[in-house]
This record gives sequence, structure tokens and C-alpha cells, in this order.
Amino acid sequence: MIVPLPAFVAIPLVTAFLLPIFGKKGKTIATFLANLATISLLVLAIASIGQTRVYEVGRWSIPLGINLVLDGLSSLLLLAISVVSSAVMFFSIRYMEQYTAKSKYLSLFMLMVAGMNGVALSGDIFNLFVFLEIASLASYALVGFGCEHEELEASFKYMVLGSIGSIFILFAVALVYGNTGSLNMAYISRAIQNSGLNIGLTFALSLFVVGFGLKAALVPFHAWLPDAHPSAPAPISAMLSGVLIETLGVYALARVVFNVFGISIPMGWLLIVLGLVSMVAGAFLAIGQWDLKRLMAYSSISQVGYVILGIGLGGLIIARNGNVAWASLAILGGLFHLVNHSVYKSLLFLTSGSVQMSTGTRQLKEMGGLAEKLPVTRATCTVASASIAGIPPFSGFWSKLILVIAAVQAHFYWVAAIIVFVSLCTLIMYLKVQRYAFLGELPENLQEIKENRGSMLAAMVFLACLCVLMGLLLLVPALRAGILEPAAKVLVDGVSYSANVIGM
Amino acid sequence: MLYTLCFLLFMIGLYCAVVKKNMVKIVIGIMIMEYAVNLFLIMLGFRTGGTAPIVSRGQLDTETGQIAAGFLNSSVDPLPQALVLTAIVISLGSLALMISICIRTYEKYGTFDITQIRRLKG
Repeated sequence: MIVPLPAFVAIPLVTAFLLPIFGKKGKTIATFLANLATISLLVLAIASIGQTRVYEVGRWSIPLGINLVLDGLSSLLLLAISVVSSAVMFFSIRYMEQYTAKSKYLSLFMLMVAGMNGVALSGDIFNLFVFLEIASLASYALVGFGCEHEELEASFKYMVLGSIGSIFILFAVALVYGNTGSLNMAYISRAIQNSGLNIGLTFALSLFVVGFGLKAALVPFHAWLPDAHPSAPAPISAMLSGVLIETLGVYALARVVFNVFGISIPMGWLLIVLGLVSMVAGAFLAIGQWDLKRLMAYSSISQVGYVILGIGLGGLIIARNGNVAWASLAILGGLFHLVNHSVYKSLLFLTSGSVQMSTGTRQLKEMGGLAEKLPVTRATCTVASASIAGIPPFSGFWSKLILVIAAVQAHFYWVAAIIVFVSLCTLIMYLKVQRYAFLGELPENLQEIKENRGSMLAAMVFLACLCVLMGLLLLVPALRAGILEPAAKVLVDGVSYSANVIGM
Repeated sequence: MLYTLCFLLFMIGLYCAVVKKNMVKIVIGIMIMEYAVNLFLIMLGFRTGGTAPIVSRGQLDTETGQIAAGFLNSSVDPLPQALVLTAIVISLGSLALMISICIRTYEKYGTFDITQIRRLKG
């Protein structure tokens, strides 16, 4: 089945503008429509696996018009976005009943999905900026959705840093246009190959790194994330940590660095250092937290570090003309970790939402003994914790294993040691969650709480099953060759991306 | 020279957004950055003594579909103008959201001073 590429942007965009019409009375219809949209996007994303196509918007041929490019990496991202967004949307059916303006929430949610799908598909660098802004603006509004003290403060902080990041990206786009005379990624890449990097383009590249680094919350740029992600409603925290920072930050950075500018040795080292610093700092900061969602937000920083590390390691090996098999293994590990992180981190945030809805608190010190009251939440949270900490049968183990193998093969023994060490820190912080939230004495005021029912449980169990089964993505050769390897190949091929796109 | 001034404007905006304590001033700083980038984009397409990039009768050879060389050598680049239009619309959207968040924050905290709006820590 040939999937129409504009549908990935058009379906959520149209739904987003339809939903506010229903207002308060048609809340059920609006919820149904939003779920229909996310599920149809999931079907489209599954159908698009393995295809590689270029779509020219409005039939304008490439250097003149805008194009959408579907390749291995894009379809991996689309798959992650649509899996997480359909689970989260299903979760919000029940969870968002506690807020008043549900149809506005659904509308902003669909807008964010439209922006993210657009970022994943766009082959035009200015268009990428526009979609990035759509997704970011929707997420700023969603972080402040509760309109209480903390939410507004977090939203403002996020918005200021996010806007500065966006402006840096726009400035970089302007510089790239001034130096190459094109906005199409493939043509920019060809122009850079012909002329080499001059000072303007190098400056543009550094602006891109800062801008996307701000969006991805890599460590020197991470200040907004631990405030913004916990303040949002739980399903939105799941979307933000699970896919937004990865699509807007990691994916866009990888696309620009590898496919447009071409990887170089200093750039590879820069990515590795950013990844390692994020991993270590995020993990250390997370261990000390007593707020459940804040702890998870810090651990997101640490997990994004793994992805950047894997990609940067592969890039460094390529730039040194090393063994391509090792490079593609490192990149594959990074991208696999990206998909895994989007599944287990969104599950963790959903469980935190379930806990918050039952107990009314996020402070670990006020909880305890929830295991008997919330059995399903406890079970799914344990699965996700085991997964993020890298306990063998679960998904996180396999991606970390690949990263360690790649680092050892490339003789980066200290990197492998740090990966294992941070993994241990992750285990400690989630043991802390288990210990203080689910085990121990049940406080007096929480004797009456009940497990949440219906859609919230279904969404959590669905994601927990995925956590268990994701290892198959790597272990079954057919799935690996169908989903993960094409994605890694896009980055390994680097600047020959331009020849592929222009040739199609 | 002009590019240097434009970059200076960008840095002034960045300074204002990073250093100022008042929320509204931070928003103004961000907008100055935005306008500096818009100005930069417009200057990329600028050409001294250039004409509007509209093909008039006589400049298009109807038989071959070729545009006269004189037109290409004198018109300004229209693409940055289209980009700036889009960027202005986006920045208007984000400005509206930022200002409304500022107002809601003022209603809750009774101040615009970010040093006093510090409930989130850690």
C-alpha cells in the first residue's frame, strides 16, 4: 500500500481544527474523533514501513518547491510517535476528565502530533523550522494547561528557552540559505559537498547544535526540562519526554549533522561529550529527587544522552574512516534506544499520572505501600523501571547491550564503562521509586484510594506489553532488517542522502 | 557593515532576554532577536537598486519560456521575503502566547519579577 505522505500532517491538523467546534457538549464525539485520528496515524505509520519515497508538495519540482521525504529514519520516528500518541490519547480519555477544557486539550495535542510528524517527514530546512514551531507552540500551551502557579511558571521558563532555541535555528536557516542559495536539504548538502564548509556555514552548524540542543535538553541546555515536564498533565509529560524532545531535538540534530552538513571528527567528539555529560549529570540529579515526575524528567535527560552518545560514536567512527559495521552498530544502538525510551518513558509518566490521580500527590515521601491498592499500576511501573534500568529480558537491556558492544569494538572502553555505570545509577533511582511509592507502610490518609479503571489501565498495559516485546525488534532478523537497519543506514550513508533524494 | 549591525541587534536581544528580571522585558528581548533574524533574512535578498521580482510583459519570451537576463540581474530575491512573512506569523503566535502567560502569571503571583516567581526548585 502506497501511503500518501501529506496524510501524516493533514490528518492531525484537520482534526485539531475540527475538535474545538464540539466544545463542552460534544466532548464524547471529540474524544472519539481524536482517538480515531491517532489510531489511523498508527495504521498509516505501520503501512509506511520499508518504503522510501519523495513527495513534492503541490507538484512543484524539488529545488523550487517543498518536499516530504520518507526514508528509514523517518518511518522509525513516525512509528514511535504514532505508537506513543495513540496510547497516550487512549489514556487521556479518562485522565483528562478532571480538567475542564477537554476539547481544547485534544486540539492542542493533535497540533503537536502534526508538528512532530511534519518534522520527521520534512525534506526542506525552513519547513522543518515551521513544523518545529508548530509542535513547540502547542507544547508550551500544554505545559501551562493547568493554569496554576507552578504550571504557568514552568510554561514561561520553557517558552523563553524554547523560543531562543527556535530563533537560533531560524538564524542558522538564514545563514545556510545565504551561503548555499537553497532551502532543500538535498541541494544544500550537495552545495556543501562542492564548496566545503566556510565560516558562515560553520557558524550555522554551531547555531543548529545550540538550537536543537535546547529542544533536546542536552545538559548545558537542560534547565527548562525538569520544570516543564513534571508541570504538564501526565499524558502530556509522557508525550514531551517520550517523543517530543527526541523528534524536535535528537532526530532534527542527527538529520542536519549527518545528512546535510556531513559528519566530521570534531562534530563526532562534540556529540559524544554532550551525550556523556547529559547521561551522567541527568542520572546524578535524578537520584536526589523526591518528586516522582521530576525524578523521571531528570532521567529523560540521562536517557537522551544515551541516544546522542550512540549516534555520535557512530559518526566519529565514520569520520575517521573506521569500520562501517562498527559505526552502524553504534548508530543502530542509539536509534533503538530512542524507540525504547519513547515507549518506557511514556509508560513511566502514565503510571505517575495514575498514581497522582489516585493519591493526589507526587511526593515520594507522602506515598508508600501502594502495591496492594494499585496492583496494575505497580506491575506496569515495575516493567518500565526494569526496562529503563536494563534488566535482561526487557527492551532497555538490548539497546544498552548494543551500545556497550559498539563502544568496546571501537576501543572506547571508558565509554562502555560509563554506560554501565549510568545504567546502575538508573537502577538505583527506580529502585527508590519502587521502595518509596509501592512498598512499605500505607499512610493513613491513603487507605481509601482505588485503582483507576478503563482506558487508563488499557493504555498502560499496552505499553507494558510493548516494553517486554521490543527486544524482538532486535532479535528477530526480519524485523531488524525491516525497521532498525534502514534507519541506521540513513545516518551511516551521511551526505549521499542528497544523491538518493535527487535521484528519486 | 549592515550585517554587523544586524548581528549586534541580535546580541542586544539575547542580552535582554538573558539578563533582565522583568518578564515583559524578557519577552521584548526575544522579539528583538526575532526581528534581527527577520532583518537578516531580508538583507540576504536585498540588492542595491534592485527591482521588484515581478515579471512584466516584454521580459518573458513567450516562445521559449525564458526570462530576460536583464530581469534576473536586477530583481531582488523574493524567497527570503516569503520566509520572513512566515516567520512573522509564527513569531506573532508565540508572542501572543507569551504575553497571555505573562498576564496569567501576574494574576497569580502579583508581580512580573522572575526572582520572586520561584516555586520550582531542584
